[in-house]
Amino acid sequence: MKLLKNIALSDTGFVFNPGNGDSFSVNPIGLSILKDLQEGKSEDAIRNRVIEDYQTDKETIEKDLYDFLKMIEQFNLTDYHE
Amino acid sequence: MSKRKITIAVSGLNNIDSPGPGIPVIRALKDSELFEIRIIGLSYDTMEPGIYMHDLVDKTYQIPLPSAGQQSLITRLTYIHQQEKIDVLIPNFDAELFNFIKLQDMLKKMGIDTFLPTLEQFEERQKWALNTFGEKYGIKVPKSKQINSTAEIHALTHEFGYPLVVKGKFYDATVAYSPDQAMAAFNKISSKWGLPIIIQQYTPGIEVNLTGIGDGKGNLIGAVPMRKTYITDKGKAWAGIALEDETLMNIARNMLKGNKWRGGFELEMIKTDKREYYLIEINPRFPAWVYLAVGAGQNHPEALVRLALGEDVKPYESYESGKMFIRYSYDKIVDLKEFETISTLGEL
Repeated sequence: MKLLKNIALSDTGFVFNPGNGDSFSVNPIGLSILKDLQEGKSEDAIRNRVIEDYQTDKETIEKDLYDFLKMIEQFNLTDYHE
Repeated sequence: MSKRKITIAVSGLNNIDSPGPGIPVIRALKDSELFEIRIIGLSYDTMEPGIYMHDLVDKTYQIPLPSAGQQSLITRLTYIHQQEKIDVLIPNFDAELFNFIKLQDMLKKMGIDTFLPTLEQFEERQKWALNTFGEKYGIKVPKSKQINSTAEIHALTHEFGYPLVVKGKFYDATVAYSPDQAMAAFNKISSKWGLPIIIQQYTPGIEVNLTGIGDGKGNLIGAVPMRKTYITDKGKAWAGIALEDETLMNIARNMLKGNKWRGGFELEMIKTDKREYYLIEINPRFPAWVYLAVGAGQNHPEALVRLALGEDVKPYESYESGKMFIRYSYDKIVDLKEFETISTLGEL
């Protein structure tokens, strides 16, 4: 999954999609995941990084990460052609 | 660099809840770094707020309604020109454009420059001709037809299904979910704007608009796409945001290559979930939100003045997406004497 090229991420967690004018606020974990996607990291790499950073069990991370990725897809923040 | 002094007449001073583009156009002109502009307002109604906004409008003259015809309009403009020596005139209402297009040569002889679409350009983008327009320039358009009587509404169930959109020939649009609602919308809109009424297939999606200006030679001099982020009950944008939308920009570029549009315009489009674009309307003048383009880095009204004066204008190459506008209401205090003056003398 790739984030749309022109998505603007602010350090405050403000996310702006200049393609449709939508804006969102995410917490620091959400922001770190979006930044990972922007850098082109794979979902596996993101999962491992979050497990390492937050020292939580793998199942919880997998479920929450799956939910988050589905949500950003629904919000049209990901590349349509991917 | 010293600014050139110039006098510009502008209509559309009705800066109300469904605003005309006049005041935003004037604000854009006042921001010009090239011109020092004296603004002459042209009004139709004594309650148009712009008449009393003396920080923006230097002097206002009432002009006859478009229905009064071209002769009474040119007679009035001749008088105004004698008083004010107008250099450029920018009409901002759809309903008045026909008369101004017809009179533009006469105005030119008087020394008043305009930069208007040709009559052919103006007519072929009329709401009732939009399907043909779409076919000609390769733009998707929702199916539409014009009707002249409520008796034609029952047949629409088979032809269009519900919901459908009922539109006035110049302004107003209502989504109708049943024949009864379509009937009510027909009566309401036709009583205000006359016939025909345009029926358009309802296209679900988000509305994205584009304000632009063409040089009449096929070049897009400037364009800024926008999405309404707060909409009034009249469907007008109370807030909006400048978008980065290359598909929409390309639609505008291609349209201008084909029809060589001359002057300001607005494209009103629906972007569907499948990211397809449907043209629902083309306005033959700047929209009321044109000042967003100035905020995003493109002064379209200034470019129009330069084109009207016969100058070579280079296309804008960029703008800043993410710029927003938010309208506000403001209670202007007006002395009765001013209202009396515009009401009795027709100028203020």
